[in-house]
Amino acid sequence: MTMIFGVPLAVFMGQLLLGLINGAFYALLSLGLAVIFGLLKIVNFAHGAQYMLGAFAALLGFRYLGINYWLALVLVPLVIGALGVVLERLLLRRIAHLDHLYGLLLTFGLALIFEGTLVNFFGVSGASYPIPSALQGGFQLGFMFLPTYRAWVLVAALLVCLFTWFMIERTRLGAYLRAGTENSALMQAFGVNVPLLVTLTYGFGVALAAFAGVLAAPLYPVSPTMGSSLLIVVFAVVVIGGMGSILGAIVTGLAMGLIEGLTKVYYPEAANTVIFLVMILVLMLRPAGLFGKET
Amino acid sequence: MNSPKQANKMTSKCLLLKRALVSGIVLAAAGGLVTAAHAEISDGEIRIGYLADMSGTYRDLAGPGGLAALEMAVEDFGGSVDGAPIVLFSADDRNSADVGANTVREWIDQRNVDMVAGLVASSVVIAVTRILEENDGLGLVSGSAASSITNEHCTANHIHWAYDTYPLANGTAKAIVDQGGDSWFLLTADYAFGHALEGDVEKVVNDNGGSIVGKVRHPFPTSDFSSYILQAQGSGAQIVGLANAGADTVNAITTASQFGLVQSGQQLAGLLVFLNDVHAMGLESTQGLLLTTGWYWDMDDESREWAERYYERVGRMPTMVQAGIYSSTMHYLNAVQAIGSDDTAAVREQMMATPVEDFFSRNGRIREDGRMVHDMYLAQVKTPGESTGEWDLYEILSTIPAEEAYRPLSESACNLVGN
Repeated sequence: MTMIFGVPLAVFMGQLLLGLINGAFYALLSLGLAVIFGLLKIVNFAHGAQYMLGAFAALLGFRYLGINYWLALVLVPLVIGALGVVLERLLLRRIAHLDHLYGLLLTFGLALIFEGTLVNFFGVSGASYPIPSALQGGFQLGFMFLPTYRAWVLVAALLVCLFTWFMIERTRLGAYLRAGTENSALMQAFGVNVPLLVTLTYGFGVALAAFAGVLAAPLYPVSPTMGSSLLIVVFAVVVIGGMGSILGAIVTGLAMGLIEGLTKVYYPEAANTVIFLVMILVLMLRPAGLFGKET
Repeated sequence: MNSPKQANKMTSKCLLLKRALVSGIVLAAAGGLVTAAHAEISDGEIRIGYLADMSGTYRDLAGPGGLAALEMAVEDFGGSVDGAPIVLFSADDRNSADVGANTVREWIDQRNVDMVAGLVASSVVIAVTRILEENDGLGLVSGSAASSITNEHCTANHIHWAYDTYPLANGTAKAIVDQGGDSWFLLTADYAFGHALEGDVEKVVNDNGGSIVGKVRHPFPTSDFSSYILQAQGSGAQIVGLANAGADTVNAITTASQFGLVQSGQQLAGLLVFLNDVHAMGLESTQGLLLTTGWYWDMDDESREWAERYYERVGRMPTMVQAGIYSSTMHYLNAVQAIGSDDTAAVREQMMATPVEDFFSRNGRIREDGRMVHDMYLAQVKTPGESTGEWDLYEILSTIPAEEAYRPLSESACNLVGN
């Protein structure tokens, strides 16, 4: 059998594919963070909690209202996104003119409140969300058994990432948005409602997190702490990609998934730290991140 | 809970001063000679502190549910011992050895706490038992896993109640090898607890004629186990042993189920699995899992009767840790009543002298190293078809007798064990 650095080719291929799937997840989450930071300059520390809220909304909707997975995939991002809009209107807007640090502290506090409240009601063990019947089972690829649901996660996450990138970089609405953050007074003089755009953008970023949460619900136990453990890694991905860079978030998310996956084969003990090692290296060589613009 | 707490806050300074004066006089009178048996209850109250993880990883297996069990024990006992009221304190140790040790130090210094119950994360327990040893307090450890707590870390000031890593490895791994599962792949949490459990399992598997064909040490905590499960599948081992706990075990089992590990002919062995873990994952992904437990709520009439009372109060079935908290507290209170004193050494001696036979423990007794040995059970998680209710999760396959389950005293490194 062909070996790649002492690992059979089949195993190696399997790990690459799994790495890519995890990477798609990182990409989706860091995309939301990058959109919010790039356009609003808010370091959204509540992103992990909003992802967790997405998973919880799917679980509770399924349990108490009979909302199925497909409906949840559409409905939950809308509901949690609307919650994001309310937060932006009530809280974030008031500190928008202050240092970034205040936004970070405020969103961090919000995350603690969301998490603590849910821990109080639901405990920390979490609950399982069933994989929808259409996505059960898997494919025998020869080198590995690929569960259908994981393949779906990869496809869905990539599609949403591409859609977001297209909206921001290639449409008129996206151009307004980018211009509005560069010079909001000028844009308002042209008759563009910049505060509304900002609010909607935050809502959209939050909706992306919630969408990732619904995607994650059948994969991992739905628990109040599921977001906080992931958030730090996602932040590292955003920093490596370049804070605020949309393309950077997507490409780096996928790449970090791959690197982490390979580390799990060759030196599993370092799997949780390898992304941070990459971060250190990148920051030393390119302080603005791989795709970031030097300021 | 609140009112005695507040009252104590107010009077604690007063009491401290009084106690200092009294002990000064006693010391002076006895010329430095302090006798152990006071034959009375200090301060006229039995003070119990409950220290556990109330908000983090171990919240559901101990946490507020453990406090409820402790309160039940106090209520069932009648709220007082020979007229001396039983007062409870509780605190969240946040799984930090520093926080735990400081809390207990404060409890002893300022509130004259006689006994500390709960005690979950092994790192916290090892720190807290040092404080108890220095201040002559008593700890009843119900939540911890590390068998070192009554081995190299034993003290004359604590007793380890519900279970430890020794029977976990000895019970599950031995039973599986006996059934013919002799090639193993281990998924180990990469920290002290995981290494200890891995070592214990390797020894048991090798000693019984099995072999370890591979292992992966994964970071703690890990949310995505797909890569490790793929490696386990690739190893061709019959048994995939999980030398981890809590969320890591839950994630590993869920992922194994998604990748069809069991369907493709391999078997999972959970080495530390709690009832709340199985409940959280559901039977679909845990069915057939073998595990060792110190207690199960549905194992007989006595345990059922207690568990149903607990359920009415808390809304969940108790874990072995929560049941252990009730059992250990009851045994403690009985000992205090029997000798009419809350003196640590005297109470511990009385507890050791009395066999532990209650809804929790069968053939239980406390050894000189502080280990409460009792029958342990090999259980198998039911299939969704076999289960008749939300909490009908285990079938008890066999009993591991108390004397076989725990590390024999002849192998003990505890300095309290006279050889």
